[in-house]
Amino acid sequence: MRNMLKFQLEDVQLWYNDFKALHGVNMDIEEKEITAFIGPSGCGKSTLLKCLNRMNDLVEGCRITGKLLLDGEDINATQDVNRLRRRVGMVFQKPNPFPMSIYDNIAFGPRTHGVTSRLKLDGIVEKALRDAAIWEETKDRLKKSALSLSGGQQQRLCIARALAVEPEVLLMDEPTSALDPISTSKIEELMADLKKKYTVVIVTHNMQQATRISDKTAFFLLGELIEYGETEQVFSMPKDQRCEDYITGRFG
Amino acid sequence: MRSRFDRQLETLNTMLIEMGMQVETAIAASIEALKKQDTILAKKAIAADTEIDQQEKDIEAMCLKLLLQQQPVAKDLRLISAALKMITDMERIGDQAADIAEISIFLSQAPYVKTPEHIPQMAAATAKMVTESIDAFVKKDLELANRVIADDDVVDRLFDAVKGDLIKLMSADSSSGSQAIDLLMIAKYLERIGDHATNIAEWVVFSITGKHEDAAGSEG
Repeated sequence: MRNMLKFQLEDVQLWYNDFKALHGVNMDIEEKEITAFIGPSGCGKSTLLKCLNRMNDLVEGCRITGKLLLDGEDINATQDVNRLRRRVGMVFQKPNPFPMSIYDNIAFGPRTHGVTSRLKLDGIVEKALRDAAIWEETKDRLKKSALSLSGGQQQRLCIARALAVEPEVLLMDEPTSALDPISTSKIEELMADLKKKYTVVIVTHNMQQATRISDKTAFFLLGELIEYGETEQVFSMPKDQRCEDYITGRFG
Repeated sequence: MRSRFDRQLETLNTMLIEMGMQVETAIAASIEALKKQDTILAKKAIAADTEIDQQEKDIEAMCLKLLLQQQPVAKDLRLISAALKMITDMERIGDQAADIAEISIFLSQAPYVKTPEHIPQMAAATAKMVTESIDAFVKKDLELANRVIADDDVVDRLFDAVKGDLIKLMSADSSSGSQAIDLLMIAKYLERIGDHATNIAEWVVFSITGKHEDAAGSEG
């Protein structure tokens, strides 16, 4: 069964002032799949990830051309960036809980979007924490500061915070690179669960992680999409020599 | 990191070449033992088999270590998994050479009624397949691997020729039955060695192209 296309990217080019970071990327990202972006540092994978919910808006001197469609809608033409970011959530490399309670961290998004009922918020907080597989560890300390959690717990909290606004897509920028193997494995299992409901796009430097969790893998180099296909194909029989050199560690 | 991995792969290659040489020695010794009714050579082939078994274990341990340490992908993964599969076939070839040697010890007790000419031909053809299949792996030579796969037909035809020879022998002289059956067993072992060499060549094709297809008609 073929999935629907969540994102369609046509000739996406991006400049940071004079520096051209993306050289015409064309790709489709399927719904309810995990798509991994891999490539050496500076290849443009994080830049492209940020384009998917317009995080580059905040970067001075950033200019984007080409088409980025979310469910057929032009991401860069949308007036309501808040709505876009509600649909397309993001989790960063380093866990970044707000300096407030666990509860308030999760309730922050829904409150911003106008939810005020205590009862409703309670339900949202519990569901988000459950979905992020951290409910059992936090249910008795919801009023405690989120900063008291371990790194791995903080990252799952951040995933819960992203899920609390019921997004359709979750963007993850190296979400486990600062975590120990146990926390990493919890988040990987969580991602396998999440893809039943969400479309996930992940940037990772961990090749084994990409092979374990993703359905599709995209390899970038110097701002270009070099190879894109089924993860198993990319890691067993890459078509492009540069991709083969990178994943086997023969690069440079 | 990578240069260490490359050195380890180089070591793996060397180990495979050495195991291949030992396998070739075993086949050659067992066939010479058969031709010359030489029990010392036969024992050499049997001893080679013990060495081959040890080499299989060593290479297997090396492959597992590489999988663990390097978590190989793409052609590295294909190469190591192909090596793991190939050594099983090489080990079986060693067994069959030892089986031939054992029969040849038994056959050395009485002069041959008639030395079938096709068995040495078969032995030469299968030994060539084994050598070339390992050569193809080491040199990553797809063409040579495919030639080995095609050569299995030659061995199969020789097997049929040996069978024909032995049937004629037995109909002409009923007292030759026991010897003829032993020779038929030897021919069958050689035919199986050809099949194992074909398997090795198929894994070589896999490690180069990523596709593994059983050649039509080959067993196991």
